Amino acid sequence: MNDDDGAPAPASPAPESQTPPATKAATATASPITPAPTLAATPHARHWQRTRRMTAMLLTLWLVTGFCTAYFARELATLSVFGWPLSFYLAAQGSSLVYLAIIGCYAWRMRRLDRDFDEERQ
Amino acid sequence: MKAERTFFQRLRRYYALFTAGFAAFLVALAVLEQEGMSRAWIGYLFMFATIILYASIGVLSRTSNVLEYYVAGRRVPAVFNGMATAADWISAASFISLAGGLYLHGFDGLAYIMGWTGGYVLVALLIAPYLRKFSQYTIPDFLAERYAGNGGRGRAVRILAVAATIIVSFTYVVAQIYAVGLIASRFTGVDFSVGIFLGLASILVCSFLGGMRAITWTQVAQYIIILVAFLIPAMWLSAKHSGNPIPQVAYGKLLPRLGAREAQLNRDPGELEVRAVFRQRADEYQARLDALPASWDSGRIAAQRKLDIVKQHGASLVDIRSAERAVLAYPKNPDDAARLWADARAQNLARAEPITPHATPFPGADRAQSDAKRNNFLALVFCLMLGTAALPHILMRAYTTPSVHETRVSVFWTLFFILLIYLTIPALAVLVKYDIYSVLVGSRYDQLPSWVSYWANVDKVNPLISIVDVNHDGIVQLAEIAIDGDVLVLATPEIAGLPYVISGLVAAGGLAAALSTADGLLLAISNALSHDVYYKLVDPTASTQKRVTISKLLLLAVAFIAAYAASQKPADILSVVAAAFSLAASTLFPALVLGVFWKRANYQGAVAGMLAGFGVCVYYMLHTNPVLGGSAAGQWLHIEAISAGIFGVPAGLLTLAGVSLLTPAPDRRTRALIAYVRAPEQQ
Repeated sequence: MNDDDGAPAPASPAPESQTPPATKAATATASPITPAPTLAATPHARHWQRTRRMTAMLLTLWLVTGFCTAYFARELATLSVFGWPLSFYLAAQGSSLVYLAIIGCYAWRMRRLDRDFDEERQ
Repeated sequence: MKAERTFFQRLRRYYALFTAGFAAFLVALAVLEQEGMSRAWIGYLFMFATIILYASIGVLSRTSNVLEYYVAGRRVPAVFNGMATAADWISAASFISLAGGLYLHGFDGLAYIMGWTGGYVLVALLIAPYLRKFSQYTIPDFLAERYAGNGGRGRAVRILAVAATIIVSFTYVVAQIYAVGLIASRFTGVDFSVGIFLGLASILVCSFLGGMRAITWTQVAQYIIILVAFLIPAMWLSAKHSGNPIPQVAYGKLLPRLGAREAQLNRDPGELEVRAVFRQRADEYQARLDALPASWDSGRIAAQRKLDIVKQHGASLVDIRSAERAVLAYPKNPDDAARLWADARAQNLARAEPITPHATPFPGADRAQSDAKRNNFLALVFCLMLGTAALPHILMRAYTTPSVHETRVSVFWTLFFILLIYLTIPALAVLVKYDIYSVLVGSRYDQLPSWVSYWANVDKVNPLISIVDVNHDGIVQLAEIAIDGDVLVLATPEIAGLPYVISGLVAAGGLAAALSTADGLLLAISNALSHDVYYKLVDPTASTQKRVTISKLLLLAVAFIAAYAASQKPADILSVVAAAFSLAASTLFPALVLGVFWKRANYQGAVAGMLAGFGVCVYYMLHTNPVLGGSAAGQWLHIEAISAGIFGVPAGLLTLAGVSLLTPAPDRRTRALIAYVRAPEQQ
């Protein structure tokens, strides 16, 4: 289970390691909400950075959903929702619905990112 | 933009008309059944009507344009592409066997639901949008361009990717065609091989004439049939037992009741008696196993003597036949006997086991056994997820939408349409289990419901359901029922008390599921051969006309080979199908994902990674799968052969990364391609 998010991992450490000074400067001055001016120079690089960050976030959610449901199934079985033991419900329906939500969220956010990219370029 | 919208509206109108027509067809058949039409005819009508329907969609969307043939002109709207992919995805196994698997294995079977839905997250986030941006025709196309090597054309990568595509898709397609034969023979009584060739005809008319374009529009129609066929019986059964026709919601109420019934049956004296009988039979086999080879000799003589006695005393023909069969089926030598008797002992022991509660995760005798089950569950989920994200016939569909955004939305719709079925499957398993545990168990042998005797006689070789009064008390005990998972979906309409038309509909749904998947797989194979092998490697100057013609001929050839393979009833290949996921995951997944997300991945790394992933996966399967000549004793960390990908994927990833770092970085052209694939689309 741990190996699959190793897929994007080789790519993600790169930008952080390139830009530590900028990050420090940014957290000192700007509010933490602004997506840090760690930013790569071109709109293309910025777009890719944001895409990658969101992909990593959603993949983490995906991993937690699947892995925790299965790994802690015996512990969760003691709880119950509307008649279902919680672990059974999560494995049969809950996690699949979370997956659908992840994909929906991704499609929606990526569209926003693509539009931001167009605006930035103009 | 406007043209797009009217195209979408037109499609919507066509499919609304189609759905209405199909409903009218159902109603007409229901009326005919009331008038006394026989079951066989209803079966025939369903089979021929749907096959003709698919064939005519194929004829209507025939094409010889390369873009239309390979990627349906890249103008399939997201919703319809989602529906077609869902039909592509829902195979005969999902439609017919999955609910049965959940019935038999309870919680542990849910690994399939989690794995097969979770895989789409990976498709959506890591692969599909980038393939669409790349905008070529096949999966080997993408890999060969991405890993072209410095100045090369990525020949080795292309060949490996084609080989993986073919191995994965071929095992899968044989299983689908096999299922077509089974469904046709079970419902219409035609011969198994006749069923295969009827199904083949419809597949061919459709994909031969119109390629991706024809199968897309056929698959949308097939999806509608699959959905209707699956939901109607489940909703009916749900209304019968819980008063709520939405099974996904209703079965929560039934689970505690099922649990109570399970506990009650576990203490029931009749059940205990039957289990004791099975345990005793197991002990007898054990005794014979211990006394080998002497017991083999004496057993053979005893069987022969029995035959002589029946013959001399002029017993009935039935007795003589059964005595003859006993002699013929007697093990040929002591080794044979050891194997057969050990199997029989295991079977009897399994039937002597008490009921494991349906909703309990990872039931096991002790903590270690339960942990092993949990680890296998996790490993299987992992392999199914990554395998889903690497199946060529699913990924191929990323190419068919009008834009990258539509591809992302289309994956959403795919999972949505799959979930309409997949959320019903666990519900159906619980509903049928509840029905069998509370209605069938405890009923009298002279009042068995008619569906039991019907389905017990359908398949003589492997009975779908068999009930024998083991303790001769005239009452059905749960332990006396031996059930094949497949019967669940097939018999649900009758269990729910619906007319036979609905059974015909379920058969049509199973057929649609098998045919739609077979369509997609055959196209994936023939496109890999024609586009990647013929056009890209053999004759790069071929005209577009010639390319399409070659593709069609190859499709024909592959289809016949697959049908021939299926008509041999290869029991072995069926057990290997689930392994296709591990193979796809180990071979293709690392190369696809690192190809987009890691610039440094290069040609040498990809070749080594694909070989390593494939090698480790195949080695582990051969080493641990008894069907392939391995043994369970060779397992690493108690992981079963089906989850070989849990070792194959890391092997592939690490090798790809390691070899890439040891060899020169990709050249400028490749870097430009990566930048292009990552960049957003021009709006």
